[in-house]
Amino acid sequence: MQFVVNGKPIQADFDSRTSLLDFLRDHLHLSGSKKGCDQGACGACTVLVDNQRILSCLALAVQYESRSITTVEGLAANEALHPLQQAFIDHDGFQCGYCTPGQLCSAIGLAEELSRGVPSHVTADLTAHSIAPSHDELRERMSGNLCRCGAYNGIIDAITEVYAGTAAGAAK
Amino acid sequence: MNPFTFVRAVSVENALLLHKDHAAGKYLGGGTNLVDLMRETIEHPDTLIDVSQLSGAIEEQANGGLFIGAAARNTAVSEHRLVRTRYPALARAILAGASPQIRNMASVAGNLLQRTRCTYFYDDASHCNKRIPGQGCDAIDGFHHNHAILGTSPACIATHPSDMCVALAALDATVHLRGGKGERTVPITEFHRLPGDHPDIETVLEPGELITAISLPRMPFATHSTYRKVRERSSYAFALVSVAAALDVQNGLVNDIRLALGGVAHKPWRAFKAEAMLKGKPATEANFRAAAEAELAAATPLRDNAYKVELACRTITTVLNELRGESA
Repeated sequence: MQFVVNGKPIQADFDSRTSLLDFLRDHLHLSGSKKGCDQGACGACTVLVDNQRILSCLALAVQYESRSITTVEGLAANEALHPLQQAFIDHDGFQCGYCTPGQLCSAIGLAEELSRGVPSHVTADLTAHSIAPSHDELRERMSGNLCRCGAYNGIIDAITEVYAGTAAGAAK
Repeated sequence: MNPFTFVRAVSVENALLLHKDHAAGKYLGGGTNLVDLMRETIEHPDTLIDVSQLSGAIEEQANGGLFIGAAARNTAVSEHRLVRTRYPALARAILAGASPQIRNMASVAGNLLQRTRCTYFYDDASHCNKRIPGQGCDAIDGFHHNHAILGTSPACIATHPSDMCVALAALDATVHLRGGKGERTVPITEFHRLPGDHPDIETVLEPGELITAISLPRMPFATHSTYRKVRERSSYAFALVSVAAALDVQNGLVNDIRLALGGVAHKPWRAFKAEAMLKGKPATEANFRAAAEAELAAATPLRDNAYKVELACRTITTVLNELRGESA
């Protein structure tokens, strides 16, 4: 089976029971994506598939054949941190760091959804074409990523700094 | 997780044939529930037939309704402009469920077929008639503060966990099926079963039958519809009680109404009784409350979930009050 992981073509064969998370961690040795709960409750395993954020623990790797997968290892360009990674450092967006790879991938997926005009539970006007990334919007949209150190304020500050200008364009 | 064979269906016909060849197999959508259930060894299909690449198209129908392919992702439905403008209750219900990552994976058909989150169902050290028919139910005398109050049976008090299905029930959705005997349609309100003596049988699906689409009828007054979910934390939690409603008020009277409840029963609970009581009556808070109480009169709460009766009555009344303000 073929995949593209962090921009590189990968060929692999594995047991059909293998989750995408275990494939990334145990077969490709990309241990950035974390196994928190392994049942879709914590968000630590969040990765991007074709730019959409998903939970790799609930994904069977075989189902994602030929797709393009981005993990935290694929965010930095050579030695230059992704702007969101730098913002997490600047705003104390983590303490122990275990949830951070999932938080980063999730926030990047969030920004893509905002730019598409995807509404959220707290969006007052569902018909709006443009949704500003307010504090409440960001908290709700990051609610699938738990941080047991409680770095939520720093995480939201970091996302706000990088994506404050990302109001939605035209929705479909 | 038991070993299984993975096959990908390239068409509805192909999926049905694959299931015919693998009768102990299961269709796989986004996997957000089935993969977890397999890991917990509650589900153990010998084959997974991936139907996630089949049609997820969302299209307006000639009759003004909306047709949603079964493989449409939850996010795709909630962000679709016709859903947001014509059926806001559906967009709001989907957005109240799970997390963005799960909504990006989960399909519409899979949402219909997700199984209860009753902790006794998940815990194989407990007795559960849904997991092993005839075994008994440990929830009835156990921790059941989040269990059902309507349509329960001595065999099962589990709730259906979906938010989306509650809105679909209120909006008169139709489920489109394909099986060995051909095509058929089932109203969403008749798709899920009450537990009765067989809580292990949750829907009217025949073996091998595949959900191909959901359709919504034209319902102009559904522009005044919404979904309210009451839960124990403000996001990413299952409902204690939820309400989906659409309301049309003309000259102070209820001209038309759709009302459904979540978190209270083994299926999305359409409040036909409350609707019938309100049609043609003054759209007043007192009438909303009386109709809610009439609907909940059949409730059979247990030791720790009686609060849901009052919670449901208050949530219904509040939601209808808000919609009256919009609709008038």
